[in-house]
Amino acid sequence: MSEKGILTQPGGRESLILRLKEAQNKFGYVPQEVMAELAQSLGIPINEVYGVASFYSFLSVRPLGRNVIRICRSLPCYLKGAQTIIQTVEKELGIKPGETTPDGRFSFQFTNCIGLCDRAPAMMINHDAHVELTPEKIAQILQTYR
Amino acid sequence: MPQQRVVLKNCGVIDPRRIETYLERDGFKALEKVRREMTPEQVTDEIKASGLRGRGGAGFPTGIKWEGARKAPGDEKYVICNADEGEVGTFKDRYILERDPFTLIEAIAIAGYGIGAKQGYIYLRAEYHHLFDLLQNAINQAQKSGYLDGFNIEIREGAGAYVCGEESALMDSIEGKRGESRYRPPFPTTSGLWGKPTIINNVETLMNIPQIILNGAGWFSQMGTERSKGTKVFSVSGDVENPGVYELVLGSPLRELVEELALAKNVKMIQIGGATGRILPYEKIDTPLAFEAVLGAGAVTVYDESRDVIDIVYRTMEFLAEESCGKCTPCRQGTEVMVEILEKFHQGEGSERDIRNLEDLSRVMMLCSLCGLGQAAPNAVMDTLQYFKDAYESRVVV
Repeated sequence: MSEKGILTQPGGRESLILRLKEAQNKFGYVPQEVMAELAQSLGIPINEVYGVASFYSFLSVRPLGRNVIRICRSLPCYLKGAQTIIQTVEKELGIKPGETTPDGRFSFQFTNCIGLCDRAPAMMINHDAHVELTPEKIAQILQTYR
Repeated sequence: MPQQRVVLKNCGVIDPRRIETYLERDGFKALEKVRREMTPEQVTDEIKASGLRGRGGAGFPTGIKWEGARKAPGDEKYVICNADEGEVGTFKDRYILERDPFTLIEAIAIAGYGIGAKQGYIYLRAEYHHLFDLLQNAINQAQKSGYLDGFNIEIREGAGAYVCGEESALMDSIEGKRGESRYRPPFPTTSGLWGKPTIINNVETLMNIPQIILNGAGWFSQMGTERSKGTKVFSVSGDVENPGVYELVLGSPLRELVEELALAKNVKMIQIGGATGRILPYEKIDTPLAFEAVLGAGAVTVYDESRDVIDIVYRTMEFLAEESCGKCTPCRQGTEVMVEILEKFHQGEGSERDIRNLEDLSRVMMLCSLCGLGQAAPNAVMDTLQYFKDAYESRVVV
């Protein structure tokens, strides 16, 4: 790892998720080469690394946009009109859930409950929480992410 | 019964960024007391006598868990605080962490003393990354003030997986693995994190500890019902005027929470405990909130008359199918098949046979799934089949 310099020196086996997150932050996803390096340096099979990378929703094995929008579609948000928020984001960005804008600025996904149900509907962009969403608010919020 | 602030005692009162404001409110007095006046055995006995049960959903007696880990052989033991609040409709732990990280830290240190652990972890869900700095700051301040001498607390962040709120999956995640449930026995109290004796407690469970130590088990066990002592913090959302966090003495009627505090109107049904929780029709609104009746982790989602039962159950099952870790077949396949069947009802194309299949499948999943996710996954289906069977039958194609 350190000789190739992609990531910091890994700790033990338990550091795998931390390292994968580091790659996620750096590249916007976990590239195959990183997985191969991690497997080698931790002395575990690459399929195990892939198994972990593909298990968690905040890790991606495919490239994502610079900003990742996660709209909550669990029931408390659904009851407060998450559907309209989803449609507004689709319209604003011209993409469907699971897609990335051609300029690489946004990826758009669904997420399950993010614990903001008292201020539903809610979404996260990267690690920022956005609550009490309305269609009018969406364009404004999106503008602040480059 | 009135609202009672035990767990939320300091929320909105102290400054979560400044330990001094916590110290002014008896902060770290309980930790000092156990270290000076109590043996580890006395600590676990006190918690046992209080009747405190886990607030994360399963309701296991906390003192018995602690005692098991204390008695387990080995020098290396761990305390884990489960801050992976992923149950649909739950946000009480977020509310607590935002407002009072110090009580939690004190409680983790007390737990460490009680079971003989030198290392504690807070497993924080990825969605709560925005709380990381606040928590770390609180740990640093406690360290600087000397309260964590001989004990270390580390925050480990999740990476987005509902099942990691299940304690054995959580430990796998801390170990850097996929979060998959483990076969039990062995139980974590004897073989947990890295095979060492470990206790895993929910945020809210731990928040009770300092006051039990300071005021005594007798004080705590006066509150509540025979099998549900103390208070519970509820997260109320859905079709209510005042969504939010409420703390009530256990045994309080559901009506008080839903109608008097959250101001719900025209209630059709209430889901208690999130996606794996129970569904009660309005007629059952006087049910007590207690382990003897319904509770879970205290997520209360209210649905009014305008809501479609099948739509709610279908979406609940979609969530569970997506979040099943996939390790055991009853849960992995069971949730998928249930989604398929519920989709048929959703489209008005169910059959009598589908209803029977849902019932059969529910029994198998409850009996054979590896962890609480699969065992409780059929709850919404079973409850609505009991209370709202007409919703299914009206969508049977004859």
